[in-house]
Amino acid sequence: MGTDRRAFLKQTGLILVLSGAAAQAWDFVLAGEPEKAPTYKLLDHWWAMAMDIRKCIGCGNCVRACKAENGVLLEPDCFRTWVERYHVHPDDPGHPEVDSPNGGYDGFPEKYKAGDGSKNFFVPKMCNHCAHSPCVQVCPVGATFESPDGVVLVDKTYCLGCRYCVQACPYGCRYIDPRTETVDKCSLCYHRITKGLTTACCEVCPMGARKLGDLKDPKDPIHDFLKDHMIHVLKPEMATGAKAYYNGLDGSVR
Amino acid sequence: MREWLRDREHMVRMGILFAGALAVFLVVRAVMVPKDFGTYGHFRTGALADNMAHPLVFAGRQACGDCHDDIVASRKGSKHEQIGCEACHGALEAHASAGDPSTLKPKLPDGKTICLVCHKENVAKPAGFPQIDPKDHGDGGPCTSCHNPHHPEIS
Repeated sequence: MGTDRRAFLKQTGLILVLSGAAAQAWDFVLAGEPEKAPTYKLLDHWWAMAMDIRKCIGCGNCVRACKAENGVLLEPDCFRTWVERYHVHPDDPGHPEVDSPNGGYDGFPEKYKAGDGSKNFFVPKMCNHCAHSPCVQVCPVGATFESPDGVVLVDKTYCLGCRYCVQACPYGCRYIDPRTETVDKCSLCYHRITKGLTTACCEVCPMGARKLGDLKDPKDPIHDFLKDHMIHVLKPEMATGAKAYYNGLDGSVR
Repeated sequence: MREWLRDREHMVRMGILFAGALAVFLVVRAVMVPKDFGTYGHFRTGALADNMAHPLVFAGRQACGDCHDDIVASRKGSKHEQIGCEACHGALEAHASAGDPSTLKPKLPDGKTICLVCHKENVAKPAGFPQIDPKDHGDGGPCTSCHNPHHPEIS
C-alpha cells in the first residue's frame, strides 16, 4: 500500500506541477528518450488557409501533390483539393462558365481567347475547415469532427459511409473513397502540420498562392495577409465559420 | 393509495425489467464506447493520433536545405527563390529519410515540360505572370539551354 500511495502522490504532484502534456512527456524523459516526447500542443493552434486568387496560375501542382501525399485515388471524382477555372462574361457576371478538367491535375488546356472582354481566373478549392461545420453536425456516429486545433478530420474506423456529410458540405469537399466505402476529405495534412511542416499543397505551390496559417500564433504572417487584403470566404451566408480565406475572390465564385 | 399497493406486484415486475434493460445498456455502452471518446468533443480522441500517423511523402524544403545548402545559396535573389524544391523535383521524403540518400536519387525533371507546367500561355493566368507560347519562344530546344531553372533571369 505504501508504494501505491507514493506512486499516486508522485503522479498527482507531477500533474499539478507540470501541465497534463508535460506530465505525459515526463514519462519519455524518465525512459531516457526525451526526443520522443510529444511536443505538439493541441490547444496552442488554430489552423486556417490563406489563398490568393490573384496569384494562382492553375498549374495543378497542389492537386498532384495532395494526391501523392495522401494516397488519394487518381480517379476524376476523388479530390481533396482541386482547381477551378472561371470564365465570366461581363454581360452576364451571375452565370460564369466553370470547368475543372480532372480537377486541374493535368493543368488547364487553353480554352478561351484573350481580348473577348471576358474575365478568366483560377480558384483553388479545398476543405474550408469550418469552425461550425455542417458536415460535422450531420454525422450520426461522431466519425467526423472539428479538432481542438481547428481542423475538420475523419475517423475512418467510425465512418459508416452513410454520405450525410457529403451532402451537407456546402463546398463539395467530400467524396466516398471506393476502396474503403468511407468518406475522405482534406485533413489539412494533419500528419504534416503537427510535425511543424506545411501542407503538401502549400509546399509545392510555386506562386505562394496558398499559405497555411496558425491564427493562434501572433507571429504568423497570416495575420498580415488578412489585414492587408480584402478578404472573403466562400458562401459566408451559410455561417459555417469557414477558415479558407481568399484574396481577390470574385462575386461570381460559388 | 390502497389501490396502488394492490397493483404493486406488476409494477415491481416492470421495474425489474426496466432496471435489467438499463443495466444491460450501461454494460454494453461501457464495453463498446472507447475510453477516449468525448475528451475534446463528440469523437474518439485516438482519431487525432490516427490522422497524425499518416506517413510523409513530401519532405519539405527545410529537409532539402539541410544537405543541399549550396543550391539554396545559389537560388538567393532568384525569381524562383521562394519555390519549394519539391515543386519541380517531386516528392522526396523517401530520399531525405533514407540511410544513404544517394541510393534513392530523384530523376532530374525534363528541362522543358517542367517549365511549361507553369509558364505555358493561358488567358486565365494572372496578367504580369511570365507566360510563353513554346512555338514562338526559343528555338524549340529545352528551356534549360538558355535559362538556369534555379536562377531563370537572362541578364
